[in-house]
Amino acid sequence: MSAVGASGGSALLAVRSLTKLFGSFAACNAIDLDIQPGEIHALLGENGAGKSTLVKMLFGVLAPTSGQILWKGEPVRITSPGAARRLGIGMVFQHFSLFEALTVAENIALSLSPGISLSKVAEEASRLSHLYGLPLDPKAHVADLSVGERQRIEIVRALLQNPELIILDEPTSVLTPQEADRLFETLAKLKAEGRSVLYISHRLEEVQRICDRATVLRHGKVTGACDPRKETPASLARMMVGSDVASVSAAGTNTKGDVLLEARHLSVPARTPFAVALKNICLKVRGGEVLAIAGVAGNGQGELFDALSGEYPVPDASAVAIRGRPAGNLGITARRLMGAGFVPEERHGHAAVPALPLSDNLVLARNQSDRKTFLAGGVLGVIRRAVVRIASRRISETMDVRKSGENPAAGSLSGGNLQKYIVGRELDRQPAVLIVNQPTWGVDAGAASRIRQALVDLAREGSAVLVISQDLDEIFEVATEIAVISEGRLSDVYPARDLTREKIGLLMGGMYGKTEGEVADAH
Amino acid sequence: MGIIEAILLTVITAATPLVLASMGELVAERTGVLNLGVEGMMVMGAALAFAATQVTGSPYIGILAGIVGGALFSLLFGFLTLTLVTNQVATGLALTILGLGISGQIGEPYLGVSGIKLQPIAIPLLADIPFLGPLLFRQDLIFYLSIGLVVGVNWFLFKTRAGLKIRAIGDNHGSAHALGIHVIRTRYLAVMFGGACAGLAGAQLSLVYTPQWVENMSAGRGWIALALVVFASWRPWRLLAGGYLFGAVSISQLHAQALGLGIPSQFLSALPYIATIVVLILISHNRRMTLVNTPACLGKPFVPDR
Amino acid sequence: MRIELEKRANPSTFFSVLSPFLALGLTVLAGGIMFALLGKDPISALYSFFVEPLLDVWSLHEIAIKAAPLILIGVGLSVCYRSNNWNIGAEGQFIAGAIAGAIVPVVFHDWHSPLVLPLMLIFGMIGGALYAAIPAFLKAHMNTNEILTSLMLVYIAQLFLDWLVRGPWRSPDAYNFPVTRDFAPEAILPELVSSGRTNLGFAFAIIAAIALWIMMRYTLKGFEITVLGQSERAGRFAGFSSKRMIWFSLLLSGALAGLAGISEVSGTIGKLQPVISPGYGFTAIIVAFLGRLSPLGIIAAGLFLALTYVGGEAVQLTLSVSDKVTRVFQGLLLFFVLSCDTLIQYKIRLVFSRFGQSSEGGAH
Repeated sequence: MSAVGASGGSALLAVRSLTKLFGSFAACNAIDLDIQPGEIHALLGENGAGKSTLVKMLFGVLAPTSGQILWKGEPVRITSPGAARRLGIGMVFQHFSLFEALTVAENIALSLSPGISLSKVAEEASRLSHLYGLPLDPKAHVADLSVGERQRIEIVRALLQNPELIILDEPTSVLTPQEADRLFETLAKLKAEGRSVLYISHRLEEVQRICDRATVLRHGKVTGACDPRKETPASLARMMVGSDVASVSAAGTNTKGDVLLEARHLSVPARTPFAVALKNICLKVRGGEVLAIAGVAGNGQGELFDALSGEYPVPDASAVAIRGRPAGNLGITARRLMGAGFVPEERHGHAAVPALPLSDNLVLARNQSDRKTFLAGGVLGVIRRAVVRIASRRISETMDVRKSGENPAAGSLSGGNLQKYIVGRELDRQPAVLIVNQPTWGVDAGAASRIRQALVDLAREGSAVLVISQDLDEIFEVATEIAVISEGRLSDVYPARDLTREKIGLLMGGMYGKTEGEVADAH
Repeated sequence: MGIIEAILLTVITAATPLVLASMGELVAERTGVLNLGVEGMMVMGAALAFAATQVTGSPYIGILAGIVGGALFSLLFGFLTLTLVTNQVATGLALTILGLGISGQIGEPYLGVSGIKLQPIAIPLLADIPFLGPLLFRQDLIFYLSIGLVVGVNWFLFKTRAGLKIRAIGDNHGSAHALGIHVIRTRYLAVMFGGACAGLAGAQLSLVYTPQWVENMSAGRGWIALALVVFASWRPWRLLAGGYLFGAVSISQLHAQALGLGIPSQFLSALPYIATIVVLILISHNRRMTLVNTPACLGKPFVPDR
Repeated sequence: MRIELEKRANPSTFFSVLSPFLALGLTVLAGGIMFALLGKDPISALYSFFVEPLLDVWSLHEIAIKAAPLILIGVGLSVCYRSNNWNIGAEGQFIAGAIAGAIVPVVFHDWHSPLVLPLMLIFGMIGGALYAAIPAFLKAHMNTNEILTSLMLVYIAQLFLDWLVRGPWRSPDAYNFPVTRDFAPEAILPELVSSGRTNLGFAFAIIAAIALWIMMRYTLKGFEITVLGQSERAGRFAGFSSKRMIWFSLLLSGALAGLAGISEVSGTIGKLQPVISPGYGFTAIIVAFLGRLSPLGIIAAGLFLALTYVGGEAVQLTLSVSDKVTRVFQGLLLFFVLSCDTLIQYKIRLVFSRFGQSSEGGAH
């Protein structure tokens, strides 16, 4: 265990007892951390551990409630992102601060000091981006760029300030394995130049691969500081999560039933200028199967969900079939009545309305499928609030949803608990087909494990489950079959045991069967 | 002076308040603020300008009163929507209702009083150009200001860093805030600029268009100005064109009545409003264009987290 | 010093109830200041404005007469606003309903039958609904902003009415005044009670408010309106259609505004004339917000705003203050209602520290 230096001695950045309170909730609680020059330092922790909050304080976006930040041994107050940059700290956020309507050069110019002409900025940006292996066209409009390219803007923007410390918040969550490798090369280059990197992640494999040291956070507190290469994934996980999290007992060999969900040559034009068109998607999911669709964000996952759920029906009725019956041109209500359930990606404002109580959110998804139970009075449609509440309570208990009060607003639940409720809401109906988009995005490990187990169990009972996910770990945990979506096209479907991360990465890049070398050149 | 020049002069007079008010709103909307109170700010400007001119005898003081009054009045809207984060649509309406009421109070003693007209200023040399000279270069100060405004705002928005920041805020106020741009402060300034422009437009109404105070004399121009901003896809030169188009349409009813064409006067009076609807339909129904041009954060509330 | 907002975990029920009263109080205060600025004694002016009209039966009737259209239009608007459809053109739909309903007594003035009045009311509702169908169609199918279209239509409706009563519908008996014939007795909306002029319109308003309250509170339709107003995407997920809601809410509020229009023309005025509304369609917007977009609250709000109309007329007579005073009060009220409503969602803090507001991020 590396010593936390007495006075922060030779450390580039040191943090002493840093605390941030939101009301009475301690997002960060007396955190100690130090980063040496030329070091790639990991900040580990699951969702909600306080990593983002800590880093926002280091970058001047949030004000600490108490504690000290020391830069090169001197205490500093970082009052704004500008002040952080002046010190020599750069940051690449997980959620980009980009302006779609502006060009790459304009976006970068906005984060630099005034006085540098736009053409100079464009020139510098182009040069730097090529130097670090992340090429960019300064005149391109951000709206036209892929997620990986947008991240390059953020990185180049940070690098233009010549930072001594760069903070990266979950950078690989939006990258294919190949793009991630390029990023790691860039980080190695930065380290060779004597810069430091604070690398925030919850992905143990990466951290072990590239980081020199790691600080682990849980519930806002430091639970460990170590050399990740000397630890095992299990010991790191234990520091992150506390008790051992139950691993998901796999689907194993379920008896395969009939085809319950099918897409036949499903093609959908892009609905908006920034959407992805679906091209000739064919898939079959039988009862007992969990088909996982892997893919990096922005390749048509949302569009596929919309077409399969019926929120945006297609003209061709045979393009989607549920339990053998054509459903392509039917709306979501009709598909629910055919026995399908849906869990969209966005919890707030799509799967649930945050301002409304849980019971209302139950009515949201099941007002027609459970019309006889939840509504009375025929065409008047009077809502039987008491009955709904009983059902809502049942779901909360089954899924172990932690909440404040009997029937609180959905927005007051944590991500994991709300997601448990949303998934439980569908499972409560025992749907023959369940389609889930990003089942555990932003969800804590305990809830994630529970949700994944629920999906696996549902398949075991004979339902067909389709999971769209950006998380390869999750996919390997739950899937019996795997396919990859890339630029609106679906790859062939493979049994899960036949695929490796490498192969999936290649399929994501859209190069079916090409070698690594060809892939590297193509970028 | 020929008939054509005379008609064109009336078009300029009718178009100028529209151009002024919509330019102000364009800047505000570029930062993401939708201010439906343009009508109220305009009529306040008209009343204040008229009253100040009557009291001091100088229409230039009147212009100043219109500008300052419009800017201060818009602060009410700014405070509610930017600091208290109230609903922008409702607050804009409240501003209009309040503006109509207060301006009525201010203007009450001046009903029927004949006003002091703002005199044209001739620009030496340019004013002697045949045809164009008297038309464009022998105009009142407010006209010159309106053209200067279009040129200035266009340069400001697209050629300066401050303008870049404004466009950034309108596109994504969260990202702008994360970059350290002062979203709220910029929006306050933009709202006040909009108020000043609307106030100036009002001053034009009571000092040039009809040098008189009539209750509710803005007659819906504020609403038309809002439509003009959409029509112009938030671009200053298109807005100038649109303003003159509308000026022509709205003034045509007076000329048609004078010509005794036998069309009921009410129909002619309704032309600008009908034209506004038609124009809105044409511009909006191409969804793709609307999506690409509209400032993405228009009308959305912003509360920075600390 | 800075004002900062901190979002509450749950909306405050305390302020939900207190906010309208707080707004009322602040308005009265501001009004008092305004009267003082006009050189009148604030206390007696406020008394004349707010209290005196409540003191005799005749003016109570006047309040009810003015409240009826405000409530009727206001509850329709509350459904629109809750579902994020900003119908600002209720004034135009009011006029359209009045014109449509008046077809029977004006064009068919020789037809006498007990069916006349019911037909007038039905035509009124249809007229208002059809006029509202224009912005509905434009929003649903041509992606055109309903605020501006519905508003432009108000001016058009006013001009159309003006043309009708000066032109084709001008009464031959009226010595060239721009009015239609007086409506025949069976075309007049009957009074409710014998003590004054309040007509059936008031009953319509109360019935409509209660019916809509039941719908919003207990039925799936009400739920649909709430959800679509909060999040269109979640509404789509629930199987609701925001396009159908555009039609539903606009047609409903158009019909109610049209009913208010024909009731006013048939009950209170008795004929058509160029100006048939002191801005009911716009004041109803304030009523809707003051009543917190809830039909029962709107009943109270409508009565209060009707009081401001009657009070305004009263001070005009007793204190020779202009009738603009009413407009100012109404505008101030809306401002204060909106401001006080912030307290429901947010806690307000005055921050004195200098942290975070020093020089704008240096790099800019």
